[in-house]
Amino acid sequence: MSALLEVEDVTMRFGGLCAISHCRMTIPAGITHGIIGPNGAGKTTLFNLITGIYRPTEGRIRFQGRDISGQRPSRIALGGIGRTFQNIRLFKNLTALENVRIAYDTQLHYGPMESLLRIGRHRRSEDESIARSMALLEHFGLAGLASLHASELSYGAQRRLEIARALALKPSLLLLDEPAAGMNTAETAILTEFLRDIRSHFQVTMILIEHHMHLVMNLCDQITVLDFGRVIAEGSPAEIRANPRVIEAYLGESAE
Amino acid sequence: MENTRRFCVRVAECRWILPLLFAAGLAFCVIAESGGLLNSYTRFALTTMAVNVILCASLNLVNGYLGEFSVGHAGFMALGAYASAMLTTRLFPQMPALFIPALLAGGLVAAGIGFLLALLSFKTRGDYLAIITLAFLMIVKSALENIPWVGGPRGIAGIPTLTTLPVAFVAAAATLWTIRNLIFSKFGRAVVAIREDEIAANAMGVRTREAKILAFSVSSFFGGVAGALLAHQITFINPGSFDIIKSTEILVMVYLGGIGSLAGSVLGAVIFTLLSEALREFGTWRMVILPLILVLLMLFRPRGIMGLKELPWFLPRRELATRRKKS
Ligand SMILES: Nc1ncnc2c1ncn2[C@@H]1O[C@H](COP(=O)(O)OP(=O)(O)OP(=O)(O)O)[C@@H](O)[C@H]1O
Ligand SMILES: [Mg+2]
Repeated sequence: MSALLEVEDVTMRFGGLCAISHCRMTIPAGITHGIIGPNGAGKTTLFNLITGIYRPTEGRIRFQGRDISGQRPSRIALGGIGRTFQNIRLFKNLTALENVRIAYDTQLHYGPMESLLRIGRHRRSEDESIARSMALLEHFGLAGLASLHASELSYGAQRRLEIARALALKPSLLLLDEPAAGMNTAETAILTEFLRDIRSHFQVTMILIEHHMHLVMNLCDQITVLDFGRVIAEGSPAEIRANPRVIEAYLGESAE
Repeated sequence: MENTRRFCVRVAECRWILPLLFAAGLAFCVIAESGGLLNSYTRFALTTMAVNVILCASLNLVNGYLGEFSVGHAGFMALGAYASAMLTTRLFPQMPALFIPALLAGGLVAAGIGFLLALLSFKTRGDYLAIITLAFLMIVKSALENIPWVGGPRGIAGIPTLTTLPVAFVAAAATLWTIRNLIFSKFGRAVVAIREDEIAANAMGVRTREAKILAFSVSSFFGGVAGALLAHQITFINPGSFDIIKSTEILVMVYLGGIGSLAGSVLGAVIFTLLSEALREFGTWRMVILPLILVLLMLFRPRGIMGLKELPWFLPRRELATRRKKS
């Protein structure tokens, strides 16, 4: 099995602060990988490195065998990495449908002149983009809300819309930053099933950052534990649960 | 009350009203131009209004849809005005048929320089556009003042009067149509996505730099066309006609009518033109009143009257269908 994503000895410093230090991670295609760790451990920073928002101070990130560290975020996204954000980042003044269409647009092939003058492939592509984006919203149970502005949606619907938007890119790797943040136990259980469905339906490899242990343990094939920017443990859910370092650093404070 | 609202929605979504308005407007302009329907002062003011619509809609592309802040629009007007006036006065005088190529040439010169400026400004992340466009405006002005070939500080006189009311009206309609086509395409959505959240846009595969450069170039193109129209309306241009005050006037139109809206652009240009004709007798006080309006708008209604809202007339049919709220 070849690795889809390889994080090779990556370090990220912000001035004096070392947010990620000598991090190594290998994500095989097809799995769901969990990243856990206390607040400020560097989890989001790792996502920002993978998606090109930051360039690693040291080390390299490979995706499908190619070095992507330092590439523009849009290039990485087009290469097949979709993501959501810890603090939802939707296009608030645009409709739910438009949010999805913007990601889907990257798959339309018409030039600026064709759209300025409404000629050529413009019309067909636009119709197609609406139909496909609607179908995606339908799958997420958001079709009825398509004409609402993203800011008008409920919190749960916004979370789902953000995942739908990321999937409109047709990514092979999906990064979810705390998808269950702010949800109660029942909502989290629903989300878990929902993510399971997405995984099989869209055939996507997932990396998810989560604090809800139930979700992580249920969904993930392997888990990495970060603490102060370092990988302190790695393994299957069962191994992580039994790891004394993890219990000390993280689970200890939030064990149920 | 409910009936009135429903009626308004019906009218707003009626597809034949805008084409009808266009036809009626064009007929009116043609008759007004040939017959004695309007005096020359009113015709001149209406022509100015149409040119202002072009200026306002094109600047809105950058300041409204893209969410950047350019103060250089008068500079693009200058480029278009000079380029076209050189053609119609020096290269092929006495050939009114070549006015349209001259307008396009004015637009293309402005777009070319706009493209280079955008290449420079959007190289790095960060908000330097206001400063860069301000510098650009000053450079254009002093360059024109120091090139004897284009008349130096005295400018170009004796430009043929080719911008008639019908010409300006059609140009304004064509501009609105083209900008609308751009906005309701993947390019326009990319531009708006950048305004909404640049990081998210990037993460969704939007090539932000290319989108910004495209928006800026198209905006410059129409700024240049408007300048070319103005030159052939007032028949005399000098570098002083295209200063920061001219830019400020366009900014007032944009932030008055509403950012990110074509209907707002039209509204802003119309109100502004009427207002500035009404204020004409106040002379220099205009220079105080206009910036004051801009400041007040920024403070109390930063998005303008129509901010981010669009009149359904301006939406393509398929977009309108996706925006109908299910009830
Ligand atoms: N752009 C930045 N500039 C400076 N410091 C940063 C920056 N981004 C993150 N940090 C710092 O890096 C550390 C790791 O932050 P990060 O957001 O990755 O943590 P996290 O594991 O996602 O935490 P949480 O669970 O709270 O989301 C923190 O100390 C944070 O303050
Ligand atoms: Mg985080």
